[in-house]
Amino acid sequence: MPGAIYAEGLVKTFGDVKALDGVDLDVPEGTVLGLLGPNGAGKTTAVRCLTTLLTPDRGRAVVAGIDVLKHPNEVRRSIGLSGQFAAVDEYLTGRENLQMVGQLYQMKAKEAKARAGELLDRFNLADAADRPSKTYSGGMRRRLDLAAALVVSPPVMFMDEPTTGLDPRNRQQLWEVIQELVSGGTTLLLTTQYLEEADHLAHDICVVDHGRVIARGTSDQLKAQTGGERVEVVVHEREDIAPAEEILRGLGKGEVAVEAHTRKLTVPVSGGAKLLAEVIRELDTRGVEIDDIGLRRPTLDDVFISLTGHVAEAPSNGENGGNGASGADAEAKEDAK
Amino acid sequence: MSAVSDTRQLLAPRPKGGIVQSARDSLVVARRNLIRMTRIPEMILFGVIQPVMFVVLFTYVFGGSINIPGAPPGSASAYKEFLMAGIFAQTVTFATAGAGAGIADDMHKGLIDRFRSLPMARGAVLTGRTLADLVQTAVTLAVLAVVALLVGWRTHENIGKVLAGFGLLLLLGYAFTWIGALIGLSVRTPEAATSGGLIWLFPLTFISNAFVPVDGMPRFLQYVAEWNPFSATVAAARDLFGNTIEGVPKSVTGAWPMEHPVWASLIWSVLIILAFRTLAVRKYRRAD
Repeated sequence: MPGAIYAEGLVKTFGDVKALDGVDLDVPEGTVLGLLGPNGAGKTTAVRCLTTLLTPDRGRAVVAGIDVLKHPNEVRRSIGLSGQFAAVDEYLTGRENLQMVGQLYQMKAKEAKARAGELLDRFNLADAADRPSKTYSGGMRRRLDLAAALVVSPPVMFMDEPTTGLDPRNRQQLWEVIQELVSGGTTLLLTTQYLEEADHLAHDICVVDHGRVIARGTSDQLKAQTGGERVEVVVHEREDIAPAEEILRGLGKGEVAVEAHTRKLTVPVSGGAKLLAEVIRELDTRGVEIDDIGLRRPTLDDVFISLTGHVAEAPSNGENGGNGASGADAEAKEDAK
Repeated sequence: MSAVSDTRQLLAPRPKGGIVQSARDSLVVARRNLIRMTRIPEMILFGVIQPVMFVVLFTYVFGGSINIPGAPPGSASAYKEFLMAGIFAQTVTFATAGAGAGIADDMHKGLIDRFRSLPMARGAVLTGRTLADLVQTAVTLAVLAVVALLVGWRTHENIGKVLAGFGLLLLLGYAFTWIGALIGLSVRTPEAATSGGLIWLFPLTFISNAFVPVDGMPRFLQYVAEWNPFSATVAAARDLFGNTIEGVPKSVTGAWPMEHPVWASLIWSVLIILAFRTLAVRKYRRAD
């Protein structure tokens, strides 16, 4: 039986650009799928096809047991959409926005009003409820946006880059909200440029590049493929390379990569910060002077390098990836207008 | 943040479909647009100032130099009577740009995507917008009528006819917001929608009977002007306001719309609504 979100051979072309080139997805009920990829990979196009906003050229999609192409309006009753392209009206207050969305989900005015109040409380927006959402901070606006997607309790949720452009504190907060949400049994498909986010929230991850799924699996499986965490050390003197290499070989989990000209050593590790402290202690004991040391977690670039042998083409792992206003995903969207 | 997960499942009610849902959804969207307008009062203000400027400029700058057939040469009072229906009609058509820019802005910001992902009536986003614009146009027109009275414009028919004249003007404005809606859905930015919504209005409103009598135009333009849908409403409003001069032929080319301006105005407006509503709603459904 197909999952709560199911897609088979989705193809969508914009002019010369093949935004989707045969995407298959299957998300079992109650689980979270992370669609991971750089800008322009086709993540947004996939979500737009699954949420009835875009008709694929070829392929089939079933959401919440309903054929997306045959019964789009039935699908719309069963989904919530939040993220870079499903906005709120900035001149309306938080309350007015939620009320309007409720009414357009065909709730009665009174019911929609009550529900809006409930959601504003729940998302910590009660104090700002009667201010135009224009005055909200980025984090508040995202929470309002998410609340709008939850006006009904849709069995299936889509979130397109829910935390892009948020500062770490707000991102953390939003993650908590999302986790609570899925613990209630909602099936969720989220797109992200951050491996860390997919790791944190998703049961399964699909890595997308150039409109194709190039890898799928749990985050552990993907990490195993990309080599997981690494400790990176830059020693002060060339003579320090040898003893440092010895130490890293002892504490690490694999080959030590040495870049002699930059005096940089890298080794895969497990054990995170604790191990990093151990490495520092060892280096100190042996009197190895260091310029820089750090724990490097695999980034999207690392995943890409290991999966495709090339770097992700669009800027992908900055804290502020913009608001979807740039990048080929947004451009592809523009093109289609 | 307290529990987000819902124990109570709240599903969207089944859409009723049909005209009732359409009307209800349209009103919800219209309400949203009206709230927006009150939050951006400067837009309404500029929307009023511009036609007021036109009234004042045309009345006092051109007033003494334009000859109205059947009136003494250079009669400023005759020109005032002649002019106002034209200015009113031009004002209502400028709502096109507002509708276009608003819809382009909604596309740009992602609101249209939000709406399209909801189980709402397909035409409601556009109908709601055009209805809200109609309200704004009515407000502008009311202010403008007061200004026109202040500078000396008068009607010479009963109140019913005068109101019918304003009704035809509003219908034309409503029809034109559907053209604006189509433009808004077709361009990429609100800025383009504004200029794209205005630029063609200048030839349309000037090659007409709105500001000067068509008598002085080259023969070819006389035909264009008298068959111009815009002219029909101007002529109809002038008739219903009693701003025409007795004994002066209604048309110089014998064009049917000028002989029967009220009917022509109604027909033109309804045709424009039917054609552009169909095109705009189709475009909206496919907007990707």
